[in-house]
Amino acid sequence: MKKSHIFGIIIIAVAVMVIVSTAGDASTYVSFGEAQELAEKGNANMIHVVGALKKDEQGQPVGIQTSPDMLSFSFIMVDQDNLEQEVIYNQPMPMDFLRSEQVVVVGSYKKNKFIADKILMKCPSKYQENEIKVGEVR
Amino acid sequence: MIHTFVGNLGHFLVITAFVSVLISAFSYWKAQRSDEIAKPSWLSYARIAFYIHGASVFGVVASLFYIINSHYFEYHYAWSHSSAELPVYYQIATFWNGQEGSFLLWAFWHVILGAILINTNKFWEAPIMAVFAAVQAFLLSMILGVVIFNVKFGSSPFILLREAMNAPIFQLNPDFVPKDGSGLNPLLQNYWMVIHPPTLFLGFATTIIPFVYCMAGLWIGKYKEWVRPALPWALFSAVTLGIGILMGAYWAYETLNFGGYWNWDPVENAIYVPWLVLVAAIHTMITFKKSNNALKASMVLSIATFILVLYATFLTRSGILGDSSVHSFTDLGLSGQLLVYLLTFTVLSVWLLGKTWSKIPTSEEEVSTYSREFWIFMGAATLCVMAFQVIIPTSIPVWNAIVELFGGISNVAPPADQVAFYSKWQIWLAVILALLSGTGQFFWWKKVDKQKLKESLFYPAVISLLGSGIIIVVAKVTEPAYILLLTAGIYSIVANGKILFSLLKTSPKLAGGAVAHIGIAMMLVGVLFSSGYSKIISLNNTGMIWNKDFPEEMNTKNLLLFQHETVQMGDYSLNYKGLRKEIDGFPGYVSTSAIEAFGDAYKVVARKDIEWKGKKYFSEGDTLVLDNPENSFFEIEYSKSDGKKFTLYPRFQINESMGMQVYSPDIKRTLTSDLYTHVRTFPDPESETEWNEMEEVTVKVGETFFVNDFVARVQGIERITEIPQVTLGPEDVAIKARIVISGADEDYIVEPIYLIKDRMIGLIPEEVKDVASKITFLNVHPESNSFTFGINTTQKEWVILEAVVKPYINVLWTGTLIMVLGFAMAIRRRYVEFIKMRDKGQEE
Repeated sequence: MKKSHIFGIIIIAVAVMVIVSTAGDASTYVSFGEAQELAEKGNANMIHVVGALKKDEQGQPVGIQTSPDMLSFSFIMVDQDNLEQEVIYNQPMPMDFLRSEQVVVVGSYKKNKFIADKILMKCPSKYQENEIKVGEVR
Repeated sequence: MIHTFVGNLGHFLVITAFVSVLISAFSYWKAQRSDEIAKPSWLSYARIAFYIHGASVFGVVASLFYIINSHYFEYHYAWSHSSAELPVYYQIATFWNGQEGSFLLWAFWHVILGAILINTNKFWEAPIMAVFAAVQAFLLSMILGVVIFNVKFGSSPFILLREAMNAPIFQLNPDFVPKDGSGLNPLLQNYWMVIHPPTLFLGFATTIIPFVYCMAGLWIGKYKEWVRPALPWALFSAVTLGIGILMGAYWAYETLNFGGYWNWDPVENAIYVPWLVLVAAIHTMITFKKSNNALKASMVLSIATFILVLYATFLTRSGILGDSSVHSFTDLGLSGQLLVYLLTFTVLSVWLLGKTWSKIPTSEEEVSTYSREFWIFMGAATLCVMAFQVIIPTSIPVWNAIVELFGGISNVAPPADQVAFYSKWQIWLAVILALLSGTGQFFWWKKVDKQKLKESLFYPAVISLLGSGIIIVVAKVTEPAYILLLTAGIYSIVANGKILFSLLKTSPKLAGGAVAHIGIAMMLVGVLFSSGYSKIISLNNTGMIWNKDFPEEMNTKNLLLFQHETVQMGDYSLNYKGLRKEIDGFPGYVSTSAIEAFGDAYKVVARKDIEWKGKKYFSEGDTLVLDNPENSFFEIEYSKSDGKKFTLYPRFQINESMGMQVYSPDIKRTLTSDLYTHVRTFPDPESETEWNEMEEVTVKVGETFFVNDFVARVQGIERITEIPQVTLGPEDVAIKARIVISGADEDYIVEPIYLIKDRMIGLIPEEVKDVASKITFLNVHPESNSFTFGINTTQKEWVILEAVVKPYINVLWTGTLIMVLGFAMAIRRRYVEFIKMRDKGQEE
C-alpha cells in the first residue's frame, strides 16, 4: 500500500470521527416533557427548550425568586406544550429579562430541577421596524 | 423636502455598474476566445467597460455617503442606521453597517483589485478578468433593487423610507421626513467598526484572485503557470483576512461582554474556515514546483477557499442562522439570490475542474517521508481537518433547513457548550500543526536523510523540552492536552528560530515563513494561557449556596458590590464609587452627582466646580457637553494590600430608540496578564425606588446633620425666581436649600425646593443616588431662623460584576504581529519573483 493511501485512509477516518462527534455532541430542541424523559433514561446531555415566562392575567411574570445576594435567580417557564417548569439560573437576572417575550434555556435536569447553563432571550424591541416617530416635519 | 435626485442618481449608477461589468465580462470572454487580430479591440472594449463600472461604483459609494452625511432621513438606509448627532467617523461606520453598504464595500474593493490586476498582468488579463467581472456582476446584483417579472433582484440602499415602510403617516403626508434616524447600534459605536469591516472585506475580496487565476489556468490549459502570479495574492489575502479576524477578536475582547476574544460563534467560524483552507492552499502552492501532486491540491484548495467565502456570505446574510448567532445581518430576502451566487460558482468550478482533471499533470512517484512534500501535505491536511471540524457543526441550521425542505422534521441544535466542543478538537489538531510547522521547516531547503534530520532536530528538541518543562513547573500546567500544546508550541518557536537564525546570516529575504510560523506558535501559546488558564476571581468561595437545589459545583461567578462598601476579592479590595459620565474637553470622568440634566440630551449643567488633578476645568453653573449621552461608566477602585490602587471604568450603553442595553468591560493591562472586569447588571434606572420612612431634622444654616450616615451641612438658603416646568406668579414664593453632603471622595450637592404657589405649599424633593437618599424641604421657621428637612433613605446603589484574569494574553497579540510581519516578508519575496519572471517575458 502506498503511503498516500494510508494517508488518505487516516484523513477519511478523522473526518468520520468529526461527523460522529458532531452528531454526538449536537444538542436538540425539545420540550420539558421530552427533556424529563431523557433525564430519566440517564441522558445528561444539555438540551435547548424554547418557551416563555409564566405570566398572570395582567401580563406580569410570576414565580420569580431572586437570591438575597442577587447573584442567582429562578423562574417559572412555560414551554411550547404549555408545561410549566421551574428553572434555576446561576447568574444575576439580566435587566430586561422580565420584559422578554421568548426565552430559550440551554441546560439539563439535575435532581428533578432544570438547571440552566445559558439563557437566550428575545425582547420585544421598543424599536419597531414599522413605526416612525412623528416629530416635526423639516 | 424629499431629495430624490441623489437617490435616483445612485440607483442609476448601480444599474450602470451592473450592466457595464456584464459587458466587461462578456468582452473579456470574447477577447480570450478570439484570434490575435480581433483580440486587442475586445480587450480595450472590456477594459473601458470595467473602468466605467469602476467609476459607477465610486459614484454609488459617494451617493450613499452623501445621503448619510447630509442626514437625509427620507432614505431608509440613513434613517435606519444613522442619526443627526452621529460624528463623521461613525457615519463612515454607518456606511457599511447595513447589508447593502457592506456589499458595496466589498464591490468597491473588487474595483480596486480589478484595476490592479488589469495593470500588472497583461498575459492573464483576459481570462482572469472574465471570471472576475462575472463574480462582480453577481455581487452587484445584490444591491440592484429592480423588479423583473415580479421577482425582486437585490436590495437597493437608495430606497426611500416611504417605499420601504407602509406607515400611516405617509398616507397623510407623503413628503414626511423623520426628524432623526434610529442611530447606530451602541455596540458598533467603536473605532473598530471603522477599521475592522474594511480590512475584513479586503480579505474577502482578495480571495477571488487565487480563484480567478486557477479558473483561468484550467480554462486556457496553463495548469502550472497560474500559481506564480496567484501566490503573492494568496499570501496577501491570508494576511489581510487574518488581520481582519483578529481585529474582530480584539474588538470582541475589548467591547463585548462574553468574556473573551473568541466564542466559536457561527459567524466567527464562517470566516475562520476559509482562512484555514487558504493557508493550506498557500502551502501546497509553495511546494507545487517539486511535486505535481501538490498542483491538484492547490487547485482544489484555491477554489474551496473562494467557495467557502461565498458560503460564509450565504450563512451570515440569508438569515438561516436565525437566533444562533449574535452577529448575523437581518434577512433582506436575498437568500435565494445568495444561494444562486454560491451554487453558480460551485458548479462552474467543479465542472471546469472535472473536465480538465485528467489533463492536469500528476506525479506517480512515491512521496518520501523525508521530503518536504510529505510534511507540507500533512500540514495542509491538518489545516483542512481543522476547517472541516468547524464547518460541519456550524452548518447545523443549514442541515435543519434541508431536512425541512424535503418535508422532514429536524430539531438538531448547535452543541450546548460551543467553546468546549470546538476546543477539544482544535487543541489536538493545533498540537499536530505546531509539531509539523517546527519539523517541516528543516526539509525546506534541502533533501534531508534520517541521520541529518536527527542532527538538526536534536538541539531544538532538547531546548524546547527543557524550556517547556520549566514553564510547566512554574506555571503549574497540569492538563495533558495543555502540556502537549505548550511543548509543541515552544518546539515550533525554537525550531523556526533556529532556521531564522541561520537564514538571517545568508538570505534574510527568505525568512518570511520562519517568522510567520514563530508568530503562529506564539499565538497558540498565548491562546493556551489566556483562555485555558483564564481565572474568574470574582468567584464566590464562601461555599454558601442560596438555593439548596443548586448542585454543589454551582458556585456563583459574580460579585455584588454596594456603593462605597469595600469587598475583598482575591488579592484586591474593591469599591464601587458610583456612576460616571464623559464630558467633552475633560480628561477624566465626571460623577453623575456633579452634573444636572436640563432637557437637552447632550448638555448638562455643572452643580459644583469640576476639577481634575488640581486644575479647575468647569465652574458651578457652566453648561457642559456630554461626549455621548448613551454612555455611562461604573467607577470601580481596586486596592491591593500593599496600598497600590487603580481604577477601572466598565461601561454601560443604552440606546432608547433601539431599546438596547449594552455592557462593555474595562481591562487593566500588565505585561504578564490582563485583569478584565465587566458589569453584569445594576439597578434598572427605569424602576421605581422604594423609600424607607421619612426622618425629620430641623437645622440652621451652617449646622450639620446626618444623611444615611454621611455628614451633611446646610450651606445656604436662597429665594429663586425660576423653577423648571413651573410657572411662578407674582404672589408665589420659592426657596431653595443648598445642602452639601461630604462623601469619602467628593461632596454631593442636594437642592430641595420649598414652594408657595397660589397659596398652596409645594415640596420638590431631590434625590442623591450616591448617598441612596432623598431630601425634602419640609418647613421654614422664621422665628428661630431654622429649617426642617425630611430624609428618606433607600437601598444603596449596587453593581454585580465579573472579574477575570487572563494570563499572558500579550503573547497572543505579539504573536499576531510577528505573524503579520512574516507574511509581509513572504509577500514581498513572492511578488519580486513574479515581477522578475514577468519582465523576462516568461509569464506564459
